[in-house]
Amino acid sequence: MKPRHWPRPALLLLLLAISLLLGGCQRGEPLPFRLTNITGHMPDLDFRLTDDNGKAVTGADYRGKVVLLYFGYTHCPDVCPLTLAQLHVVMQRLGPLADGARILFVSVDPARDTPSIMHAYVNAFDPRAVGLVGDARAVEALSKRYRSAFTREPGDADGNYEVSHSSAIYVFDREGHARVLATPSASHDDLVHDLHLLLDNGADR
Amino acid sequence: MKLSRLSLLCAGLLLAGFAHAADADHIHASHAWIRVLPGALPAGAYVTLENDSGAPIALRGAGSTIYADVMLHQSSTAGGVSRMSMVDSLDVPAHGKAALAPAGYHFMLMQPKQPVKPGDTVTLTLQFADGSTLATDFIARPANALDAGDAHADHAMPGMDHGAMSHDH
Repeated sequence: MKPRHWPRPALLLLLLAISLLLGGCQRGEPLPFRLTNITGHMPDLDFRLTDDNGKAVTGADYRGKVVLLYFGYTHCPDVCPLTLAQLHVVMQRLGPLADGARILFVSVDPARDTPSIMHAYVNAFDPRAVGLVGDARAVEALSKRYRSAFTREPGDADGNYEVSHSSAIYVFDREGHARVLATPSASHDDLVHDLHLLLDNGADR
Repeated sequence: MKLSRLSLLCAGLLLAGFAHAADADHIHASHAWIRVLPGALPAGAYVTLENDSGAPIALRGAGSTIYADVMLHQSSTAGGVSRMSMVDSLDVPAHGKAALAPAGYHFMLMQPKQPVKPGDTVTLTLQFADGSTLATDFIARPANALDAGDAHADHAMPGMDHGAMSHDH
């Protein structure tokens, strides 16, 4: 089988296809993620919120860290704590590498979640978790940016209410690029695997 | 047959209403735990129920002297959205099991009258549709626990079987 002489238009198309494929990823070769790869499909991490120490922060403050972004609220007794507990297990399994990662827990309940409540809450799960609050508009902007949504459900007579919210975990690399989408039911193994790829990849920077 | 069952049911309801509620002899509880959250935030409580009778038994709710309000809830995730809703009851099938477990059915415990810390034991009285009850000890676990932490379930929940067994004697 000798290499055939390609017709010129076909060769050009082939080159174009290759360059498009390569252009989609950062360093020329795609990382073999096990979870849903969203590289190039979601915007970079960007927000203006307040962290659980009461400090104004933006997405840029987390450049240099691999970020796991999750929306929830502290009056959520089941799914939010379960997800954060699972992320804690994943962080434990990463060992010292986990210091290069941050769990950003964004409250979708601006009416009840204050920085101090968020501080106690996130620290009950993992020292590398950060609670973020903001006014409804700022949180909505961030939520919409990642095509997620939240809805405050009608309350009961005592004023208690639930908030329905996106269950996804968005993973960003150290440069703030969206890379992986995980669901709460994703296996710990897969999350650890994909986070290793991102943490090992940028460990020298 | 129909009539007698109905009158039994009425008698049962009357008993439940006017006398002490009967112990739920046929239900056995295990892996009972509470995920404790900081401050007075609502907590989730989980338990596995086994029914050794030939008829389904419906769990209606639970009462507690520690928490002012206990509700039976169900979490669900559909289309990437997590929701929580109140449910009236959960059937424990005949000769079967039903589990209150994270991301599914759970009790939502609200307004603790005193702080509950990991390691504490909190008794919840499970209430069934037939009027019977089952006092069950729940172990309080840290926020980031994933389960009851009772690989050896028998000693993790001392006294838990007393409620279920007391009528056998």
